[in-house]
Amino acid sequence: MKRRDFLKAAAITGIASTIKLSDGMDLMAQKVTKTSARPDLVAVMGGDSVTMFRKAIAEFGGMSHFVKKGYKVTVKPNIGWDKSPEMAGNTNPALVAEIVKQCIKAGASEVIVFDHTCDDWRKCYANSGIEAAAKAAGAKVMPGNEESYYREISLPKAVKLKKAKVHTAILDCDVWINVPILKNHGGAKMTIAMKNHMGIVWDRGYFHANDLPQCIADICTINKPAVLNIVDAYRVMKSNGPQGRSLTDVVTPKAMFMSTDIVAVDTAATNFFNQIEKMPLESVKFIARAADLKIGTMDLSKLKVKKIKI
Amino acid sequence: MTLKRIRVVLAVVFFALTTFLFLDFAQLLPKEFQILTEIQFIPALLSGSLLVFLSLLLLTFFLGRVYCSVICPMGIFQDIITWLSNRFTRKKKYRFSKEKKILRYSVLAVVLISFAAGGTFLLSLLDPYGAFGRMATNVFRPIYLEGNNLLALLFNSFGNYTFYHVDIFTLSLLSLIIGLITFLTIGFLAWRYGRTYCNTICPVGTILGFISSYSLMKIRINDGSCNNCGKCETKCKASCIDSKTSKIDYSRCVDCFDCMKVCKQKAITFGFAHKEQKTKTPSMPDNSKRMFLTAIGATTLIAPARLYAKGLAKIKSNTSYVKKHPLSPPGSESAEHFLHHCTACHLCVAKCPTHVLKPAFDEYGLGGIMQPRMDFVHGYCNYNCVTCSTVCPNDAIKTLTVDEKHTLQMGHVVFVKTNCVVFTDETNCGACSEHCPTQAVKMVPYKNGLTIPSVNPDICVGCGGCEHICPVRPFRAIYVEGNPVHLQAKRFKQGEQKEVKLDDFGF
Repeated sequence: MKRRDFLKAAAITGIASTIKLSDGMDLMAQKVTKTSARPDLVAVMGGDSVTMFRKAIAEFGGMSHFVKKGYKVTVKPNIGWDKSPEMAGNTNPALVAEIVKQCIKAGASEVIVFDHTCDDWRKCYANSGIEAAAKAAGAKVMPGNEESYYREISLPKAVKLKKAKVHTAILDCDVWINVPILKNHGGAKMTIAMKNHMGIVWDRGYFHANDLPQCIADICTINKPAVLNIVDAYRVMKSNGPQGRSLTDVVTPKAMFMSTDIVAVDTAATNFFNQIEKMPLESVKFIARAADLKIGTMDLSKLKVKKIKI
Repeated sequence: MTLKRIRVVLAVVFFALTTFLFLDFAQLLPKEFQILTEIQFIPALLSGSLLVFLSLLLLTFFLGRVYCSVICPMGIFQDIITWLSNRFTRKKKYRFSKEKKILRYSVLAVVLISFAAGGTFLLSLLDPYGAFGRMATNVFRPIYLEGNNLLALLFNSFGNYTFYHVDIFTLSLLSLIIGLITFLTIGFLAWRYGRTYCNTICPVGTILGFISSYSLMKIRINDGSCNNCGKCETKCKASCIDSKTSKIDYSRCVDCFDCMKVCKQKAITFGFAHKEQKTKTPSMPDNSKRMFLTAIGATTLIAPARLYAKGLAKIKSNTSYVKKHPLSPPGSESAEHFLHHCTACHLCVAKCPTHVLKPAFDEYGLGGIMQPRMDFVHGYCNYNCVTCSTVCPNDAIKTLTVDEKHTLQMGHVVFVKTNCVVFTDETNCGACSEHCPTQAVKMVPYKNGLTIPSVNPDICVGCGGCEHICPVRPFRAIYVEGNPVHLQAKRFKQGEQKEVKLDDFGF
């Protein structure tokens, strides 16, 4: 498909979507409005990140379905480690750049990209390639290294994590998009969309000291969830995650999962990962805990799933 | 351009750049400027940079103590203070004073003896470059960072993130205090008396002073045109011109050329000798200053022990332990090598992007007070970072390549299972393993589907990621024990490169 054709299609679907969903708040209530033709979850395989993203977002009616004119948008990739893109420690910079571009095209007045990194943030931002790619695409890259960038919120629905300091880029934007990379994880078993929330909070130590899976589920009860979760599985870290030691930890299954339901997308991605390395769904405890909190569903059979192979 | 003007311009450039090296957290200054620290006297001596060292000696032999006026940041710092003092208070009129020869050489002797006996502390304390570095790192740098944070606050409030917030914390109370004392003491002496530090205490000043007594080119007073007005003497911040006898004590002259500028008779020139001047008259040392110094020395040696005793309150709710050895920086080879080469200029401390290097207290023993050690409270040693090893002018930290660093074992991991949350609370954690670049800490099956850390010290590099991130307090469940001699870590076994071909999504 030509770029122009695609854009036309995207624009038309976008317009159509605004007619259907005149009330912007419907975005938050997607779980109940399952009557539309749109899928709940899109899985794509076989292309490069940008192509797969374009295919998938088109299924949702284009980025303008999520990003309205004038919106301040925050894109939250995983930039946790001082690793180059091939090491699959961080989200693919090309994907981040494409998301930023589409947000701007959809009329976003500002797109912010940030992460609360594990390694030194300057090195992570630079060596992941994300800082440069996001800036070139027109985003503002914001630091997350200092407590003053965070503000405390309460999480009334949470079990253990009753309050947390969350980055202002999340709290002050109109919508935010969660863009994790699919990785194995020594402590939490997997790191996907839910675990990526540990990069929006200041005090991660609390998570580790107070029942990590529960806290991961808890932070996802935030009253401003990501409007879209895009799981980058072009490269996947199959072992020694989340950091990885060498390229032998990385495989390239070239896939992507996209959903408004964070529990569903983590479920799907874990099932996908299970084909590469054994990873039974029940071993990834935070997914079930999140389902218990009614954040989303693990029952993919109840969802409208669109699978695309390129 | 007069000689003085040339001196001032060069000095300002050298000083500004050298100081900025210590402040420059954002790495604006290209790496090449590192050379400014490598041409310093004590660093050149300790790193064994024969070329630099001999050049400095030759420079002094030809031109006198140009080093002290143009290259040494502590010397220029004093000149700046003196200049400020003259601008904001009544102009100083210096008077010739006799050389404190016994004091100078005693200090030098004590420094040399203590260094030979294995203690770098005294040399570190008095080395003008090291002392300046500590001032810059512990006193000036926080101010610079504070300025940056103000800018960041301002710009960020307008949605501009060109400036970003940086962490400011006291690296070490002792180093801050010593940095402040150095600043105040030398600053005060410079404000009131000019180059007193350089000509009574500074061991480099004493050595170069000795050579400059015999230097080929010197400031010279032409007896024929001199009318003994005494103006030059009042302008001499080294107090080394005796206008009554038209004699100059060359062991103290730092080639500032201030005297040339004020001489109305143009009787003062800089050049080769026609006949050798003799100015040597032994003098008694000034007792009060001597006592002052002894007091300072004694305090700095005793105070740490007292301070240390205060900081030992510990809670015993989890398994306690004591680290047997401190972790010296990557490239320092061994605590022994480090101890004998580092003069605690703290340039590595200032440059360490993860704030893992901090001045030691007594971890290395009394001889190594203020020398940087790795401390994992604010960060851990980045696996791919070799910054400290590239900035050390003393070669106390030798240059490493990233690949060399990957198998360098500065310390090794120790797991304290009884403190681990997986053991105590039976919940997932894995923060340590997550931060381990070699998987020397690996999560292995435990019970109820949980995983618990398992350590393999052979492939551990001692980066401290695990210790830094472990959420257990007061004693962490995992820590890094220092290697007194750095070892070679085994390379971890790589898995097999495999490519997956998936046809299905798995759901």
